[in-house]
Amino acid sequence: MNAILIMALGAALLGVALRYVPVKRKVDEAVLAEQIDALLPQTQCGQCGYPGCKPYATAIAKGEADINQCPPGGTDGIHKLAELLGRKFKPLNTEHGVEKPKAVAFIDEAVCIGCTLCIQACPVDAIVGAAKQMHTIIAPLCTGCELCVPPCPVDCISMLPVAVSVDTWKWQYPVFEIKPAATTATATKQQSA
Amino acid sequence: MPRQFFKFNGGVMPADHKAASTSLPIAEFAALASLPGELVIPLQQGNGGSLRALVEAGTQVLKGQRIGVGYDDTGTAVHASTSGLVKAVEMRRMPHPSGLSALCVVIAPDGEERWITRTPFDYRRAGLAATRDYLRDAGVLVGGDFGATGQLATLVINGAESEPRITCDDMLMRERADGVIQGIAILREVLRASEVLIGIEDNQPEAIAAMRAALAKRGAENTQVAAVPACYPTGNARLLIRVLTGIEVPHSRRFADYGVECFDTSTAYAIYQAITLGQPMVSRIVTVAGNVERPRNIEAPLGVPLRALLALCGPQADTNRVIMGGPMMGMTMPGDEVPVVKTTHCVLAGSPALFPPPPPEMPCIRCGDCARACPADLQPFELYSFARARQFGKAQEYHLFDCIECGCCTYVCPSKIPLVDYYRFAKSEILARQRDQEFADAARERYQFRLLRAEREKQEKAARLATKAAAAHAPTAEDAKDAKDTKKALIAAAIARARQQKEQVTPANIDALTPEQRAEIAKIEARREALQSSAKTAPPQDE
Repeated sequence: MNAILIMALGAALLGVALRYVPVKRKVDEAVLAEQIDALLPQTQCGQCGYPGCKPYATAIAKGEADINQCPPGGTDGIHKLAELLGRKFKPLNTEHGVEKPKAVAFIDEAVCIGCTLCIQACPVDAIVGAAKQMHTIIAPLCTGCELCVPPCPVDCISMLPVAVSVDTWKWQYPVFEIKPAATTATATKQQSA
Repeated sequence: MPRQFFKFNGGVMPADHKAASTSLPIAEFAALASLPGELVIPLQQGNGGSLRALVEAGTQVLKGQRIGVGYDDTGTAVHASTSGLVKAVEMRRMPHPSGLSALCVVIAPDGEERWITRTPFDYRRAGLAATRDYLRDAGVLVGGDFGATGQLATLVINGAESEPRITCDDMLMRERADGVIQGIAILREVLRASEVLIGIEDNQPEAIAAMRAALAKRGAENTQVAAVPACYPTGNARLLIRVLTGIEVPHSRRFADYGVECFDTSTAYAIYQAITLGQPMVSRIVTVAGNVERPRNIEAPLGVPLRALLALCGPQADTNRVIMGGPMMGMTMPGDEVPVVKTTHCVLAGSPALFPPPPPEMPCIRCGDCARACPADLQPFELYSFARARQFGKAQEYHLFDCIECGCCTYVCPSKIPLVDYYRFAKSEILARQRDQEFADAARERYQFRLLRAEREKQEKAARLATKAAAAHAPTAEDAKDAKDTKKALIAAAIARARQQKEQVTPANIDALTPEQRAEIAKIEARREALQSSAKTAPPQDE
């Protein structure tokens, strides 16, 4: 009899606890969205299907969106999100785009007619210009979201990949080429073919 | 009284091979050969950041003329190292392991070596800030926070050239000790240092003797030449400070925060040249050694290709690469055409026999030899395993950035693991991530500001329309009492405005008219008024 009472009491306590878990979780969601947003690349490109990085972060926090919808973040970004959320890594969902090397927009200034449409499209204020004046991209501020490309009526915006400079160059992972073995292997392959 | 030295843990003692390049005196490049067809002076600083060119293709330059300055106050200027014609300002390969190009000024020498007018600088009258700016403009690398913290307890002069084969500071002190001492005196006065310690390794007795003699001649007080025990890497500024003063400066702090500052002897000499002789930095002493017949020190104009330097010392036939720096910390250059820059203290010709390619890496057995050899008190084997597994956060927890890349761990590793390569990889990867994060944070800020601005503009527009509507509403309150929407109010306001305008217009040509004519006009006006008022009552027909 005592045992039954104890079990019943335990069940009641757990029930009460469970009642308040969703409340606690709702509070956490905003914090979690912040944390997710901090990991997103902030290109504000909308390729994930949400109108910016913050809305996507909120959707992930709510469980509405998956973690593999951000092409600019790429594999690295998905790894970081998986680690934060304690989920399994998934490859990037190609419906949302493919991972590309970082590029910045470039306006062909001879063709630009000064319509200001790209300025309105740029989410990070990286384009300067005025009505009927030539526009230009502030390259160090451009996140490469490509949102300015479709609105341009004269197709004068192109995406140029960012070249590595001496200041941004990275040391390679130390790898040893096993040259002789590889060449003999290919040589025998060629011979047999 | 012999000085008490402090010790650091670890360090290694490889064979120093220094005698090879000290048998010949320092030679001026121009005394051995004529200048090559072009000198290439990079508009890029060693510590990152680029310079703005002051010349363009076709400009005639004099030796010592400034050709590049920083975009802000921190960039150290570069100068033409000979007189001649600027051939181009274009991308050239940098003396950097990446083999990437950066903007360079290419000068075709005219062989006349015409100097700019050289005037000594009165640093006593100018004061600290002006002296710092002068040295920056004279191209001397003294650091942006030069003298920023006021008085110094100890000024350390680094003559401890601990890396094997390098002898440029040794030879400089042997042959030009007086200039170095004068440079040190200037530094001491400008930085208000109460004590100067000149640290020289005890395997360079000639340099120690020369410096002591020069010191005795100049009679500087509280200045001491300290013969520190030879051990690689004592030549590292942080470690030399530790050996001489016992102060351990952490990676994240400046020397000056601890009342010490450290300058190389070559910097002291460059300061002497800049201030006492009025010569900006246009050349430097470079040790050429390794797989060459006549290793020696050459005073090379900046911008000379490494190939030209090696050619003066007779490179041997099996030379297959060029290393800038010493055998421990040097980096293989992408080619032998890259120029001498301000930080080039040594050029080594490499050959498979002299510097054999690293044997295949074996697994780490965690023997701990690297930890015993590490002068920065790190655990290299842990750092290695984290860097290898790309666990960069962990590597930082183990103080990866305290690593000075001296190569002692690689030198002692029984498994022949290129440990420093892993640390460099991890460091550059972490720095790249930090850059990306800063960029993303800045982008987020701009995006949020943009959203805020869009919202504000919308509100401002609505407020503007509302006030306009309200203003229009007030004078026609009676007429438009029944008008329910703002559009109607706006129309009413426009009508009212038009009427007001019309009333204000007084014909300017009635002054000269007779009273009869005026009366007639008044009559017509009254008729028009009546018509207008009847028209005003008409609109209800529309409804």
